[in-house]
Amino acid sequence: MDEEYDVIVLGTGLTECILSGLLSVEGKKVLHMDRNDYYGGDSASLNLTQLYRKFRPDQEVPTELGRDRDYAVDLVPKFIIASGELTKILVHTDVTRYLEFKQIAGSFVYRDGRISKVPSTEMEAVRSPLMGLFEKRRAKKFFEFLQGWKDEDPATHQGINLDKDNMRTVYEKFGLEPGTQDFVGHAMALYLDDDYITKPARPTYDRIILYTSSMARYGKSPYIYPLYGLGELPQSFARLSAIYGGTYMLDKQIEEIVTDSDGKFVGVTSAGETVKAKQVIGDPSYFGAGNTAEGGKVRVVEDGKVVRAICILKHPIPNTEDSDSLQIIIPQNQVNRRNDIYIAMVSSTHNVCAKDVYVAIVSTIVETNNPHLEIEPGLNLLGVIHEKFVTVTPLYAPTSPGASDNIFITRSYDATSHFETVVEDVQDVWKRVMGSDLVLKKREVEVQE
Amino acid sequence: MSAKQFQFKLVLLGESAVGKSSLVLRFVKDQFDDYRESTIGAAFLTQTVTLDDQTTVKFEIWDTAGQERYKSLAPMYYRNANCAVVLYDITSSATLEKARTWIRELQRQADPSIVIALCGNKSDLAARRQVTEEEAKKYAEEEGLMWAETSAKSGEGVSEIFTAIAKKLPLTAPPASARGGAGRAAGRAGLDLNKQASTQPGQDACNC
Repeated sequence: MDEEYDVIVLGTGLTECILSGLLSVEGKKVLHMDRNDYYGGDSASLNLTQLYRKFRPDQEVPTELGRDRDYAVDLVPKFIIASGELTKILVHTDVTRYLEFKQIAGSFVYRDGRISKVPSTEMEAVRSPLMGLFEKRRAKKFFEFLQGWKDEDPATHQGINLDKDNMRTVYEKFGLEPGTQDFVGHAMALYLDDDYITKPARPTYDRIILYTSSMARYGKSPYIYPLYGLGELPQSFARLSAIYGGTYMLDKQIEEIVTDSDGKFVGVTSAGETVKAKQVIGDPSYFGAGNTAEGGKVRVVEDGKVVRAICILKHPIPNTEDSDSLQIIIPQNQVNRRNDIYIAMVSSTHNVCAKDVYVAIVSTIVETNNPHLEIEPGLNLLGVIHEKFVTVTPLYAPTSPGASDNIFITRSYDATSHFETVVEDVQDVWKRVMGSDLVLKKREVEVQE
Repeated sequence: MSAKQFQFKLVLLGESAVGKSSLVLRFVKDQFDDYRESTIGAAFLTQTVTLDDQTTVKFEIWDTAGQERYKSLAPMYYRNANCAVVLYDITSSATLEKARTWIRELQRQADPSIVIALCGNKSDLAARRQVTEEEAKKYAEEEGLMWAETSAKSGEGVSEIFTAIAKKLPLTAPPASARGGAGRAAGRAGLDLNKQASTQPGQDACNC
């Protein structure tokens, strides 16, 4: 370990692994370390042994759940939105050759006490109970307006300025009912709260287009998912990094982030040995997250909390057409909250658990002192819950961009249902580290015949 | 009768510097480089073995990319591997010990039907031999492994061991999606991410 590196990366979560892979491809000499003996950090997928070790260290793994190695339980409930930025990175870096993807079978929304499918075809839309007949006509006009929008053609704007008019103005123009607004803003634009309504309509427009184009890509739902769990994603980018010379060390406790008298990064100390590098990138847990600063520099701040309940079920979720995988969105207005409750479920179809087992994660942003109660409306939709692991996780963000001390910290995995904000973080950290925007280059094809 | 091609995922394991990459380089390109430092910058290499007029076996060969060095090989590496070549260096007893560890790891993590070949590399350095043929062979027999000695440098035994593995693999049409590897090769069961959005996005989207 007496070599000097360009970049040391701490934590093998997806954000760090994408950065590590891209930096290695760029020719940087990367050392990537993790305190755990498995890949993935907070975005890992765990087998039963690892899951119980993490949540129930004093309990034996129950045998009735089946074979340990059949399980890959995600810690963070996210799916890949088919036409999103993560898909682009997967394709551009060619890590898709290590992965196999399947669709998420359905997307549902909770409304007036019942679960309804988000229509994925015109036929489903016509039959959908989510809107009355006249409202369907109004919504059709609204979606035609969005699909037909061309920045350069004012005739398609119908008097709306997406960059100035707020979303309320757009809803009012098409006369959409509050329930439809909830549906559009939460089930399609995937906003977690209603703050977007009073902001310019452009980002909402972009999100709806992302949703509809993702839905159009494979049908059924806008989401895809890697077989064997989300933990495959960081592993595949780690392999990319290793292939381009990145060095990997798991199971390494990081004792100290060493800085010089000006506070600039020097190296990291593990097992009494200090490895030097020009820059360090890491997840918040390596920079004091969760610890009270004892004279040290405060590098990360808490920015809200997320409550997540990993639930093991022995049946599909009731009233979802026995879907083998799904998302259910409970819009905040339906349950008198400020933030939506999400349910994400996968099953043996995606090779993440034994046959006839279903793994659902109920999550939301914490609003009260009793987060366990806040997820109840979600838990109540699941039927009998065989086993439940609840966590309340603070979300951390860096206090400084890092350019002054060469310490670049990533963000915690937020409550959104897909990886778009993770990619935004990757792009942001890349720019801070490299001083220029991330431009994806197509790798040369390297399968040699 | 029409020709059949089978594709299998093969993973390489073994202590650093036993010659994993060299063995592959010899097999795939029939080359050897004395001063190879670390692993080749390729996702994986492929090479085809012809068994007879009708049957060819294509290996998708995964190198460790150095991730074995600090206990950091990802589970993804073993995932759906149909066969494994576990290497040791005949001039170093310690590398056979390490090979045993990898074999235990495979027996624990990989698919139970995986075909494992134990390979004593650097047979050109027989003068400095520390591992006898008898010792390694006995161990391989006990564990039900294939065994051979190879020299990536001279090429001795290299294509033979891969051909032997090809013959041992189940050459019945594998069920399409049951276990990656083979099924994956013929045509992946999963989604194609390179696929562009359908031509009329508005048509299929939520067209309420």
